[in-house]
Amino acid sequence: MSDLMAAQKAAADPRDRGGPAQPMLIVDGFKKYFPIRAGLLNRQVAEVKAVDDVSFFVMKGETLGIVGESGCGKSTLARLLMHLIRKDAGQLILDGDLVGEASGILLDGLRRSLQMVFQDSSSSLNPRLPIEQSIAYGPRVQGASRQVARQQARSLMEKVGLNPNLFGQRYAHELSGGQKQRVNIARALALDPRLLILDEAVSALDKSVEAQVLNLLGDIKKELRLTYIFISHDLHVVRYISDRVMVMYLGQLVEIGPVDTIYEDPKHPYTQALLACRLNMDPHERVDAAPLAGDPPSPVIPPPGCRFHTRCPYVEDVCKTTSPGLGDVLRLSPKQHLAACHMVHPRSGHSSAPAFAA
Amino acid sequence: MWLYAARRIVLTIPILLGVTIICFALVQIAPGDPIQNLLSPTSSAADAARLRAAYGLDQPLPIQYFIWLGRVLVGNLGTSIANNMPVAGEVMHAFSNTVVIALISVALAFVLSMFFGVIAACRSGQLADKLITAVAVFGISVPPFWLAVTLVIVFAVNLSLLPATGMGANGSGNFSYFQWTSLKFAVMPITALALPPLGIMTRTTRSAIAEILNQDFIQTLRAKGLSEASVVVHAIRNIMPQAIAMLGLQLGYLIGGSVLVETVFTWPGTGYLLNKAVQTRDIPLLQGTILVLATAFVLINLFVDLMQSLIDPRIKRS
Amino acid sequence: MSEIVADSFRQPVRDPVSLVPVRSYWGSVWQRLRFDYVTLFCLAVILLIVASAVFAPWLAPMDPDKSSMAYRLRPVGYRNFMLGTDEQGRDMLSRLLYGGRISLTMGILPVMLSTLIGGLFGVVAGYYGGKINMAIMRTMDVFFAFPSILLAIAISGSLGGGITNQLLTLTVVLIPPLCRVAETATTQVRTMDFVDAARSTGASTMSILFTHVLINVISPVLVYASTLVSVSIILASGLSFLGLGVSPPTADWGLMLATLRQSIYVQPLVSAIPGIAILVTSIAFNLVSDGLRQAMDVRA
Repeated sequence: MSDLMAAQKAAADPRDRGGPAQPMLIVDGFKKYFPIRAGLLNRQVAEVKAVDDVSFFVMKGETLGIVGESGCGKSTLARLLMHLIRKDAGQLILDGDLVGEASGILLDGLRRSLQMVFQDSSSSLNPRLPIEQSIAYGPRVQGASRQVARQQARSLMEKVGLNPNLFGQRYAHELSGGQKQRVNIARALALDPRLLILDEAVSALDKSVEAQVLNLLGDIKKELRLTYIFISHDLHVVRYISDRVMVMYLGQLVEIGPVDTIYEDPKHPYTQALLACRLNMDPHERVDAAPLAGDPPSPVIPPPGCRFHTRCPYVEDVCKTTSPGLGDVLRLSPKQHLAACHMVHPRSGHSSAPAFAA
Repeated sequence: MWLYAARRIVLTIPILLGVTIICFALVQIAPGDPIQNLLSPTSSAADAARLRAAYGLDQPLPIQYFIWLGRVLVGNLGTSIANNMPVAGEVMHAFSNTVVIALISVALAFVLSMFFGVIAACRSGQLADKLITAVAVFGISVPPFWLAVTLVIVFAVNLSLLPATGMGANGSGNFSYFQWTSLKFAVMPITALALPPLGIMTRTTRSAIAEILNQDFIQTLRAKGLSEASVVVHAIRNIMPQAIAMLGLQLGYLIGGSVLVETVFTWPGTGYLLNKAVQTRDIPLLQGTILVLATAFVLINLFVDLMQSLIDPRIKRS
Repeated sequence: MSEIVADSFRQPVRDPVSLVPVRSYWGSVWQRLRFDYVTLFCLAVILLIVASAVFAPWLAPMDPDKSSMAYRLRPVGYRNFMLGTDEQGRDMLSRLLYGGRISLTMGILPVMLSTLIGGLFGVVAGYYGGKINMAIMRTMDVFFAFPSILLAIAISGSLGGGITNQLLTLTVVLIPPLCRVAETATTQVRTMDFVDAARSTGASTMSILFTHVLINVISPVLVYASTLVSVSIILASGLSFLGLGVSPPTADWGLMLATLRQSIYVQPLVSAIPGIAILVTSIAFNLVSDGLRQAMDVRA
């Protein structure tokens, strides 16, 4: 945990408003339900609970990894944080300031502090804009003069390892996947943010390129004293880069804690199953049977009680009726390890539950 | 699939309502006061007001619309200004003449376009492809009425093979498509009508087949040793839903768009009727004809969509 | 479009490391067009037709409206009437040149107007989505219930003849298809990540529309609009043929075709000339738009 302490110490920063102990970001009770329309008149018949009451915080200077199967709500959460889609409920506190409320800081302030690196795909860069202009667009919008924005774009390109003379006037289709991702990072950095959300930022890259980009991310983080939220389905990468990890399942947070504790001693059966899915470097330890059978249940009609009970090997009656709580995430220290499982909570009614609080 | 069909039918209703609104608006945008046409030059302003009230023209526009719509729904399309005949009867009579030649033309164009389109796609880049493409571009670019005039020049004037205009001595009364003496009057109209859809459909078929032939599953079929002919059959079956959609669209265009061709050949269909309405500024006749044609177009499209959902397994299963 | 935006930033790249030639989007489109001889030829034909219409007053050998009972319906090549005379003894060549002015205008101007109006509606519908999209696109659907020539005759027939009415009619008829193309393209672009990235910089809707959306919507819309020029010319000539265009003494290809129709038995070739003019123009525009589509389609 000394890394985290060091990171916190380093975060004494002129941009800092709430002090080093104030979390960079507090997310309280985020909800997003998407309506499903069907039938003759296209009426709303149901809703997808894409993000269902998610709370967590991110300390200054740390990297919080978010993992989960596809469709668990990771990307929706990222877009909610960026205010790209409207949340149905919940509050966002950025360095002690409530975002988007009358008393808090305005969205514009959030824009500058929070930026996102999109998954590499053909759609993340405007195909008709030279990349130098793609990067300079943010500063231009925020009022920088054309010359200043251009200079900034060029120096950012150097920072992410692209020669501005060589690449500045190129178009997205003339770049490789890794180069595009470098441009994506430069574009996100252009507004001098403090927190970067990396949504599957390296998932589409070749392994060797992925490693280069991960190193780049590590370097910039140190240099610019950034905080990361790193969303990925790749458990190895998340372990490599994260200080803490949170695990999502069907729109809910099921486990959160420091990276080593989670990886070495996962408490939630879902996390255990996920970790068991990883390919092992040792051929003798490889498993043939998939630890997680079947697809996740539909988020439209999530199972009652614990949402994981349909696939859980330890399921008991209590799991089918009572939804296990996670505990008050926002009150506890970042070192705490929490899991939303009846087997962890004392006197929950599950046969494996401990008798007393640990 | 039943849900799809029901939904498709429900969605047609607002479209049809919209069509009636546009047809109603046609009278409103026409310059001049319809009442003035009905009055004798000596009548007073009071007479005009009385007549206005009698026709419901003193009501606000939305009310007028609903009154008109009510009449339309029971089949009353008003009376023609030119000859005081009910518009509905005249339009329906002409409509049958139009539908028959449109159906024949589109069927002809469809069969030929499948044939040419497949050949062009299989011989992509070769002489046959280039020739067929050239003919298709010609079909798309040619003004249909000019084609009609040219046909008349060649076949009626120069070669004296076919009669230039009309439906024969007895008009549509005892016209029969099964007798050459009658049918020869329809040959040129059908040809002139068929060429533009032939061009469009050939191009569509060609590109659809060419695209399918490039796909991986076709490679698999070839790799399995299927003959080129059966590979092409596979490809044709794949584009059938698309082809049916295009067929329906073209049929609709022909029924609605045969005005100019019918005018050239004085073929007594809806197109000819429209031309008459335009020349004599007979707005009720114009309105009634347009309404019937547009409704037919909408219903054909509906029918085609439903047919397509029967054929296309992707829609069928949903 | 991207050329204009790019210029503001571009400086000559004289860095020795820049070995790859930098080419803008339109530059690469031109690279592909350069070797497409059919398209280039048709482009030349169009330029020739446009030029001959523009310079008609200098090129036309005679007054296009001056009739002469003595020289009615003369064949092609008769004395100094290179293309013969029409049923009122007017010089066909002069009328053809002057007629091109109106016919070409009726091909191009309505397309430009409806591209602006339909494109605007389509981009708005596509970008905002939801109820605005519903309202705009469902209205357009009603217009799609009419085959284009039928809608044109309906509107023109009610409004009456005249060049302004014809222009108005064609514009209205061409708006729905352009709106639909613009809407489809915009909806596609809107869901792309780079638009979200732009939004997360705090940019205004206008700025995003102009910098990120329009630039990507404009080329499919332009390609589509170019295919409509020949449609518009044919529609216009059809309307004129029915007497719903310019009033008689004025020359217009469609109207010339209509009035010469009575003379096909006397001078078939002369009667066919205006039609040939329409056909050639329409083919040229069709082939150019085909070529443009192919040249602009390739993104990578």
